[in-house]
Amino acid sequence: MTQQLPLGELAFTRAGDKGDTSDVTVFAPDRAVYDIVVEQVTPERVAACYGELVQGSVHRYEVPNVLAVKFVLERALGGGGPSSLRADNLGKAMGGPILRLSITVPDEVAAQASGRPRPPRDPYAEAAWVVERAGSAHNGR
Amino acid sequence: MAEPLRIAGGQGFYGDATGPLADVLDESPDVVVLEALAELTLAILAKDRARDETLGWTRDLPLYLMALVPAMLERGTTVITNAGGINPVAAANMVVKAAGAMGVTGLRIATVVGDDVRGRPDLLPDEFPSADDLLFANAYLGARPIVEALEANANLVITGRVADAALFLAPLVHHHGWAWDDWERLAAGTVVGHLLECSGQATGGNHAGQWWEVPQPWRFGFPIADVAADGTAVIGKPSAAGGRVDFDTVRQQLLYEVHDPSAYVTPDVVVDMTTVQLEDLGDDRVRVSGATGRPAPAGYKLVAAEGGGYAADLSAAFGWPDAEAKARAAADLARKRIAEAGLELDGWHVELFGVNALHGPAVPPLPDGQPSEVVLRMAWSTTDKDRCGQVARHIVPLGLSGPPPAFTPASRARPRPSQLLQLHTGVVDRRPVDAAVAVSVVQL
Repeated sequence: MTQQLPLGELAFTRAGDKGDTSDVTVFAPDRAVYDIVVEQVTPERVAACYGELVQGSVHRYEVPNVLAVKFVLERALGGGGPSSLRADNLGKAMGGPILRLSITVPDEVAAQASGRPRPPRDPYAEAAWVVERAGSAHNGR
Repeated sequence: MAEPLRIAGGQGFYGDATGPLADVLDESPDVVVLEALAELTLAILAKDRARDETLGWTRDLPLYLMALVPAMLERGTTVITNAGGINPVAAANMVVKAAGAMGVTGLRIATVVGDDVRGRPDLLPDEFPSADDLLFANAYLGARPIVEALEANANLVITGRVADAALFLAPLVHHHGWAWDDWERLAAGTVVGHLLECSGQATGGNHAGQWWEVPQPWRFGFPIADVAADGTAVIGKPSAAGGRVDFDTVRQQLLYEVHDPSAYVTPDVVVDMTTVQLEDLGDDRVRVSGATGRPAPAGYKLVAAEGGGYAADLSAAFGWPDAEAKARAAADLARKRIAEAGLELDGWHVELFGVNALHGPAVPPLPDGQPSEVVLRMAWSTTDKDRCGQVARHIVPLGLSGPPPAFTPASRARPRPSQLLQLHTGVVDRRPVDAAVAVSVVQL
């Protein structure tokens, strides 16, 4: 049996830039998920999920030795870092949309994903090194 | 066969931390590399140089050297940096002057020049703007001139636009005696450089996995590599520092910004990263081996930039209820006011933080369509700098004449125009560039 999951339940991304090109890599935790990414996360689906954010073509590169699939998105940063009006002019957050893609996975893969840890709401709340947070009653808490 | 060389990545960009150098130096690296130049940095430095011809280098270089010079003098640590930016000679002059004022002796400073081709219009590709319109035009040099500097016994090498990874490859070629056609070794050294050039990004910084579990994130360890004569490397970090080195942190940096991983082009070698093997040894150590390479292309990469007008932005926050509707209405009213004031814009860009600013059409609608709050960011560009500044004047009155509850600025900063740049990337023939590459050495 299979289930539908967002890719973000299974993998993570890092994004970088060169000029107006965004460079997003999907990293799988194991070979089973890697094969699923290769099969289902096609350049066409990736191009569609970005919509107007990406004006140029999408190239995909498979990197099985590190269980990664890279997407190179052309004309994707509103003209490129130095001329883009976007807040994220370097596209550091461009890995997000791919993680929202819906993926079909066998139940056993889904079961592994459901055990994936999530960050606590306030990761360093109890950390000994945290500098005193007082100062205003609200202070982001 | 020479012992492994220990290289550390001591800086990942202009503005990086200098604190991590203390932990790095405790591990007794042979070489510390300071990588200071991103695509944009040369434009910032070109503006500095235009104001003052003794500038044009990254101005945090003295901070890094203050931390490193004792180790250079006492332990023979070598420092290699592209912090010379658009003006390596001026950077070296600054170091000579400062070291002289402090009575420092024992520095042997090499300067590499020849990457700056803005003054050589015959070398610029036809499709480039004329040299007079360019703020900078620089070729990406390789490792060779740095090796020449090391052969001249320099312990501080200051360059301009040398490819990031080449800063790390050079001391490996020098130490291990690798040949310039030993493509596997050159590829291995380039991979090490690529892994170390972004400092904390190889040791758990921007780690997209379980980032909240990265230890001691307030004391990030910068990466260190022990590189053997056969090119095999072990990536690690200072034991006392935080951060993390494992399969996940290293593979993220391995593929960072490389585009085609089977053909990562550098001035020294074209690297195939699809043959690289990463072996997690535990205890924050990852063994890297198996990189393959082939000859680099005939030309150097050339990057130039011209001014592309001016931009500014202004942000305002709107609260529940109907925060998105209020933000959209305010943006349209702002645009209308700017048009009525007769201010022509080249670009107008609206983002709604809390709705879909970062991920645009990929974001599904909220179930009830009601975010708790929305930050509206309006960015605009104009050809003329003054006009760019005047635009904000016509948005601010919405504070008392716009959607409720009022226009709440999301920042105390006043909009200030900054220059946009149009980047041009091309290829330049190596021979005339190399003919002007020169290494000079000063002994203190």
